[in-house]
Amino acid sequence: MAVDGERGSGRSGTGLWQRESRARHYREQAVKIVLAVCAYASVLTTFGIIFVLIFETIAFFREVSIIEFLTSTTWSAAFANPKFGIIVLISGTLLTTVIAIAVALPVGLLAAIFSSEYASTRLRRWLKPALEILAGVPTIVYGYFALTFVTPFLQGTILPSLTIFNALSAGLVMGVMIIPTITSVSEDAIYAVPRSLREGAYALGATKREVATRIVVPAALSGIVAAVILGISRAVGETMIVAVSAGALAQLDFNPLDPTQTMTAFIVQVASGDTPTGTLVYNTIFAVGMTLFVITLVLNIVSYFFVRRFRETYE
Amino acid sequence: MTQQSDMRAAQKGGSEGRAVFKTSRAVRYALDRLFTGLVFVAAIIGLVVLTVLLVDIAWDGVPRLSWDFITNFSSASPARAGIYPALLGSLWLLLLTAIVSVPLAVGAAVYLEEYANDNWINRLIEVNISNLAGIPSIIYGLLGLGIFVNLLGSITGGRSIISGALTLSLLVLPVIIIATREALRAIPDSVREGGYALGATRWEMIRDHLLPMAVPGALTGTILALSRAIGETAPLIVVGAATFITFAPHSPFDEYSALPIQIFDFISRPQEAFQVNAAAGIVILMIVLLLTNSVAIWLRNKYQRRG
Repeated sequence: MAVDGERGSGRSGTGLWQRESRARHYREQAVKIVLAVCAYASVLTTFGIIFVLIFETIAFFREVSIIEFLTSTTWSAAFANPKFGIIVLISGTLLTTVIAIAVALPVGLLAAIFSSEYASTRLRRWLKPALEILAGVPTIVYGYFALTFVTPFLQGTILPSLTIFNALSAGLVMGVMIIPTITSVSEDAIYAVPRSLREGAYALGATKREVATRIVVPAALSGIVAAVILGISRAVGETMIVAVSAGALAQLDFNPLDPTQTMTAFIVQVASGDTPTGTLVYNTIFAVGMTLFVITLVLNIVSYFFVRRFRETYE
Repeated sequence: MTQQSDMRAAQKGGSEGRAVFKTSRAVRYALDRLFTGLVFVAAIIGLVVLTVLLVDIAWDGVPRLSWDFITNFSSASPARAGIYPALLGSLWLLLLTAIVSVPLAVGAAVYLEEYANDNWINRLIEVNISNLAGIPSIIYGLLGLGIFVNLLGSITGGRSIISGALTLSLLVLPVIIIATREALRAIPDSVREGGYALGATRWEMIRDHLLPMAVPGALTGTILALSRAIGETAPLIVVGAATFITFAPHSPFDEYSALPIQIFDFISRPQEAFQVNAAAGIVILMIVLLLTNSVAIWLRNKYQRRG
């Protein structure tokens, strides 16, 4: 290009530059349009998801009344005289999620406090990648672990009456899976708490624990709430752990020692069998998927607002 | 519990009369030591579980590993069953997912960082991308089933490798976009101004200056996202990856299996011997993930030192 410019300057330098700049201008516009199309593709994904879910869910509700879907207390989609009470699957999801959060919230929050208030920089540099590994383990591996290690371990030690498939093991392992999410998001919130608040408390004679639990945690509360909601959203959408280790028994029962079925596990159960397109059972997984989508969407939005609140407060 | 003991201690302290703080110093210091231990235990619990998990799987799976296990096809007999088609299927998926998702994601990231104005439609795209990252992966499976397998079935061949790869591409797209944008954002504006000062157009500046500088950060994020795609099971089950395959896939339009799908199939079988196969499959999967992650970390360190 530079050579071109020199050659052209012998005759009419400005003209050549203009012509070239027009070609460049068109190329600039073309590149911009191509890049914009790439960006809009991500919006298409969302539209695609909403379109598919709504389309198949409407087909489902042509055959099943929406009142039955929302109020029935039996779920027997795969049987001869099917009943479709989504509450049953939601209760399974709720049960495993509650167990998971009961593990992940205290452990994740205390680990975040350790990492930000207690650990040395060197130790923190070791802890963070380790947590990343924990977050990177495929969920099918956690499922195998819950089924072949955690359940037999619980049976052999404290719960001899535990069935092979149960909500407890699935929930416990899911809790471990969520720890990194809760730790990293609440750690961000804890870091955002200004140093002056801590120093003020120390100046009044507070101990390290008092500063951590009475000053730092309350000040970072909205971020911690966001972390927990994000964790709940992960647990609700988690699939393979429950599909492998919680069983496939859809029932309205909050006993963690019994088998259960979540929304995600139901979708896997139907999809891994041979279900022809267009049948009622095929449409059912989209109706369940729609429910799942709406629940996680609401959770993500709520969490987003909490995150924004702690950012606004201290940044 | 802490509060209760605090209150009890407070009553004691009150009877002494001279404590400024309600609780006596000894009790508070004791609680502090207890709390220090508690947070430390919480921090290492994850590591302990991770260690137990890895040891348990290696214990179950490593004795089963053999060359035959890697090169055999599916079989009803656990001793003869292998993961060859699944391993090949995963490599196909990885390759096609990278080809589809990386250019799209980098293009979107460059547009959002370097071109987009702050108007409502670009803000919508941003909110949309962060929301996409929070949607459960199984929903992407339903999207793939509805669009790529059924609606576009005549083009993609239905339950084919390309349907699976397109589904996984959409799944990893937001992650790669976010990583690339962070890499672009970390480049100081002086680089952009220097490019413009030499007469470069916006695209020339991006192509010759920004993209080369953004490569290490973007590449690390991309490899991590793709390694996540290798481990994904749920969406592939929904878009119909097969579990019993007796031939190696030859084209993107063939039926296929994938490593995590094969593992799921092994786990679902009642015989004990298949559980051992599942553990061995997991060992292979974890080795693949370890390799890809090591490459990502190696790249990050290599470029960080230069920069």
